This record gives sequence, structure tokens and C-alpha cells, in this order.
Amino acid sequence: MATAIPATTHMTTGRPNSFRAGPDEDGHFGIYGGRFVAETLMPNILELEQAWRAAKEDPGFQAELDSWFKDYVGRPSPLYLAQRLTDHLGGAKVYFKRDELNHTGAHKINNCVGQILLATRMGKKRIIAETGAGQHGVATATVAARFGLECVIYMGERDIERQSPNVFRMRLLGAKVVPVTSGSKTLKDAMNEALRDWVTNVEDTFYIIGSVAGPHPYPALVRDFQSVIGHEAKAQLLEKEGRLPDLLVAAVGGGSNAMGLFHPFLDDPEVRIVAVEAAGDGIETGRHAAAMSAGEPGVLHGMRSYLMQDADGQIVEPHSISAGLDYPGIGPEHSWLKDMGRIEIATATDQDALDAFALCAKLEGILPALEPSHALAEVTRQAPRMAKDQIIIMNLCGRGDKDIGTVAQHMGVTL
Amino acid sequence: MTASRLDRRFQALRDEGRAGLVTFVCGGDPDPETFQAILGGLPEAGADVIEVGMPFSDPMADGPSIQAGNLRALAAGMTLERLLGHIARFRNGNSETPIVLMGYFNPIHKFGPERFLEAAIVAGVDGLIVVDLPPEEDAELCLPALARGLNFIRLATPTTDDKRLPKVLGNTSGFIYYVSITGITGAAAPVADMVGAAVERLRRHTDLPVAVGFGIREPEQAAGIARLADAAVVGSALVDEVARHVASGDTSGLARALHAKVEGLAQAVRRARAA
Ligand SMILES: Cc1ncc(COP(=O)(O)O)c(C=O)c1O
Repeated sequence: MATAIPATTHMTTGRPNSFRAGPDEDGHFGIYGGRFVAETLMPNILELEQAWRAAKEDPGFQAELDSWFKDYVGRPSPLYLAQRLTDHLGGAKVYFKRDELNHTGAHKINNCVGQILLATRMGKKRIIAETGAGQHGVATATVAARFGLECVIYMGERDIERQSPNVFRMRLLGAKVVPVTSGSKTLKDAMNEALRDWVTNVEDTFYIIGSVAGPHPYPALVRDFQSVIGHEAKAQLLEKEGRLPDLLVAAVGGGSNAMGLFHPFLDDPEVRIVAVEAAGDGIETGRHAAAMSAGEPGVLHGMRSYLMQDADGQIVEPHSISAGLDYPGIGPEHSWLKDMGRIEIATATDQDALDAFALCAKLEGILPALEPSHALAEVTRQAPRMAKDQIIIMNLCGRGDKDIGTVAQHMGVTL
Repeated sequence: MTASRLDRRFQALRDEGRAGLVTFVCGGDPDPETFQAILGGLPEAGADVIEVGMPFSDPMADGPSIQAGNLRALAAGMTLERLLGHIARFRNGNSETPIVLMGYFNPIHKFGPERFLEAAIVAGVDGLIVVDLPPEEDAELCLPALARGLNFIRLATPTTDDKRLPKVLGNTSGFIYYVSITGITGAAAPVADMVGAAVERLRRHTDLPVAVGFGIREPEQAAGIARLADAAVVGSALVDEVARHVASGDTSGLARALHAKVEGLAQAVRRARAA
């Protein structure tokens, strides 16, 4: 077993000197992460790691990425003071980091732009991806169209039903959407199927993983691309308030929007950080997607991390109203940060998310995606307990247009 | 170190001047009793080495046939612990045919690698193939397995180039399993020329026996591989036989039919080099 390996640890406390130094050479964050993949894929993920390292060293790459962020994605996204929500909650000031205003409507595009630039550098001709809510699928189809590459998206049959507008968007963008009928027919199965495709078409295909999950180097690579969220938020808040926030809140499915916001703040000890998992019908019902709250470490999709599994190590099918959070695992860096006590884990049920969705629509004129609605539910609990001069930044990482069908259904409305 | 059951079996095959047949079945598929009957009859039907799949809910490197086999076994209540019980019962009646467990790491991780190795050895398991444990992750299971005298069999694939091959072969023992295609189990058949070249390349790097699998379904294909390699592996075709009987609603004739299929494959493999 890989032992705990923060790059450097404090001599007496055993705490790492930095929470931002991971992963190690082999992709481990403490005991988490790693490269648990079939041999067929090993040469490819080693090649990807090399390409990513080379790109990181290359100022030209960063400049290119910045220019795509600015002119195509629409970055920086605003940091918005949600004044009516703040007044309503009666406590800390609530800021939204508005990644829902990005091109394609979620944070997913940040990562897709980064990875497609890597794919073109590596000379790959074909792009594949898994998707849950369809946001990552849409973002992938978008960049594939823009760069003129063939694109195949794997999506669980159940998610195809509940996110049909996104399926149509992907097809309009020229992607082939392949329904996945195995297992729970949701995100984890889509990822299995994408991995099967990759094993088969490894020579010419680039797999754009949509979260800080999967084998090394994906968790670190996706984090690097998504960290633009936290870097911007930090600079924006310093400009507006002249100080750091007291609390960061974000929803976690695989964990990419959360890690993107959190990572630049990990070494600021005055900033509390809360990751919100989907509690579905309630943790006690077993019908949830809360890997860190109710799972244990295991190995799936190329990584060791907290995982929903039964006594025999079989993966438990997750449940969440939000397709983007309906995943039985979590990115390995989150698992490590949880164990180190650097991040706190909270949960929000389907109903909590629906309530937060409605509140945000009514008070702020914003329809949030159901994923960040989970984060908002936690904000409504945290803010009233905090002083009025304290500050919360929540990642409003996606817009709710894709979810109106689901919300209508829960309200008993036929569209 | 004393020769393992796998070493002895491959030596015997070499002495006979023929290739071996390696059969893969999903552990506990379609139900515990039928599986035990299938397993028990494989040596007599002509299987030289038996691979038993450890059922997993998310078999990422497997195609539809073996995915379905995994799910049938799980639905019928198979667990890793029970599977080891089935292997132990097989061993009571057979001390010669090597058994290799094949699967994914998580059920073993959950069981506890050390405890699993102990239990596997007691049950009479000879080797392990863990699809999602590349050499980069050897510390936890591969090295302790080797230290206890279990064989750890690695997959080499068309993407494993000369630079990487030594790493893959490094802690491999028993035999090397050449995956003849880039793809999942049950996919297209391999092209004989390419397999021949690949086996030659492997032999330049190792003295281990080379078994070739993925996509071999019919006796003639198995014979083709038997002319090139030390063993041919057949899996999905056998698991499909299980599926066919399950679909018909009557599994009473399943074990016999599956053994007949193995007999056909075994005869072709045994005759291959004579022809
Ligand atoms: C808007 C939105 N938020 C969050 C997620 C969950 O992913 P992650 O936890 O990687 O941010 C998704 C996934 O589809 C999403 O579309």
C-alpha cells in the first residue's frame, strides 16, 4: 500500500506543509489516486502525462489556453454578490462564482478546452467522453466541433431520459451519443463504456474525462484546468472586499467544480471549505450518491478513492435527482483532503436541492443547475450561523435550463 | 523455489509437444451448483488451465458476454468468499489442473489483500490475473502474492512496446497472457500473422509460456493460435454458451453442453501441431 505521502510534512504535527503539492510521481494523494487501469491503456496514460507535463512547462500553452478561456468560454466569470439571498438568510454575505455563464452553461467547458488543446498537441483524431448530466458531453461536443475532431459521447440510458435537451444539443454539435444500457444506466456505466471504447481505439483516440477522477494524470490535470475558477475568485474577492472568504461551498459529483474553486485556497488556513455531496432520498435510505459521507476507500475507474460499495466490494448504484452528482465515487484529491481534515463534507437531499433551486430563482432571478443547488442548500444552512461581515463564495457552476424537465416533474407540471 | 502447479503443467505440455487450452468461466455463473458442475468437468473435457472470473459489478475491460456473466453470478449470490469455497471443493477432486483467478481489484481490496491471499492459497488457487493492477501498482497485491508462492500473471497487449515490456514481465510468473487485440473481451478475432509476430517478440523478452486470448471462439481459431503460442485462451464463447442455456429457461443440460464445446476446442488444440 502506498503510504501517506504529502510532498513534505511538518516535523512535529505530521500535517503537510502544503495541501497543494500533490499528487506524487505515481499520481497518489496520500493513499488515494494511482493508475488502476488495464495494461492496454498504460502506454496511453503515460503518454498523456508526458504531454500534460510538457504543456505545463510551455508558456505558449498557457497563453493559448487563456485566450480560449477569454474569447470562447467568456472568462473571467463574474463574482456576484447575491444580495437578496444574503438579506433573506440574514448572516454571511453570499457571493456566487458564476461559471453558469460560461459558454455551454457550466464549468465543464474549462476542462474541455484544456484537454482538447492537449489532444491536438498529441495528434489525436477522435474524441470520446462520458457524461452524466450531459453538461460535460455538451462541452466536449462543443470543443470537438470547434477543433474539427470526431466525437463520441457515452451516456447512460437513464440520463438520456432525464437530460434530453442536452442529448439533442450534442447531436446538433455533430457528436454521436451512444446510450449505455449496462448497470444503473447512469454516469458510472457511461464511464465504463468510455473506458471500453478507449481500450479498443487507443491509438487515435483521446478520452476527455469530465471530472477530477479516473487514473493519474486525470485528477491533477482536470484540477489544473478547473483551478481558473478559484484563481479568478480569489483575485475578484480581493478586489471587491480586500480579503479572503471565510467559507467556500461547492457541490461534488466527481469533484471538478469543487476542486477548481478550492485548490487555490487550500493553503489559506483561515478559509473553511465545505464539499456538498448528494444525499438523494437521505443517507439513511441508502439511496444517495454520498461517497465520502457514507462510503469507504475502494478502487474503481482507475483510482483509489472513497466509493459506495457493499460488503463484498461490489459497487452500489448511486441515486441523486441530479444526473451530474449521480456517481458512486469521488476524485482522489477530495478523499485525501477529507482524511487530512482540510475539507469538511456536508450533504443535501433531492428535496433540499429542489428547495434551494426555487429560492434562487425567486430571490436572485437565476435558475441554477440541480448540482450547484445542492451547494446552495448548504449555503442556506451555513450563512445564518455566520456573522454579517463574513463571506461565503459558492460555486454556481451550472445553469438550470437542462433541469427544468426534472423540476417540472417534481412539481407535478407537464411541459 | 519449487515449481508451481502452473510451471509443472506448462512443462508437461512442452514435453508432450503440444499447446494448452486455457478456459475462462465466470465464477458462480449462472448459479452456484451449475458452476460447480461446470468447473468440475473442465479438466476431463480437455482444459489444461482454468481461469475463473471473480465476479465484479463493473468489469471495465470486458465485453457484453462477460459483463452479463458477472451480473448473473452476482444475482445468484456469488461472493469472493463463496467462490473460494467452490475452488476448494474442486481441489478436493483434482490436484493437477491449475486454477487462475481473474478479475478486478476492488473485491480483493475490500476483502483485504493479505487475508485474500491466505484464503486463496488455502483454497488451492495457483495464480491471479488482476486486470486493473498494472506493474505501477504492484506493491499491494502482486509482490505479497509472489512472496507467498502464488503466480501473478500479467497481460501484455499490442500497445505494450519493447520499452515497456520488461516492466510488464518483471514480476510476472506462471505464464504471460498476450491479449491479441486492443479491445475488450469478446471482440473481433485476432489476425494470425500479427499474433505470430507478437509471440515472437514476447519470446525475445521472456522464457515464460505465452498464452494468447481475446476473440478466440472456434476450434479452428484455437488451433491456429496453438501453432504459434504455448496456449490458447477461450472465454466469451464459453460464457455465451451459459447465456444461451439461461435464455432458454433450462440449464439442466448446460454443464454437459459446455464441456462438449471445450472438448471440441481441446481436440483442435491437441491436433494443431500434428496437422
Ligand atoms: C453543472 C454541474 N455541476 C456539477 C457537476 C458534477 O461534476 P463535478 O463534481 O466534477 O463538478 C456536473 C456534472 O455533470 C454539472 O453539470
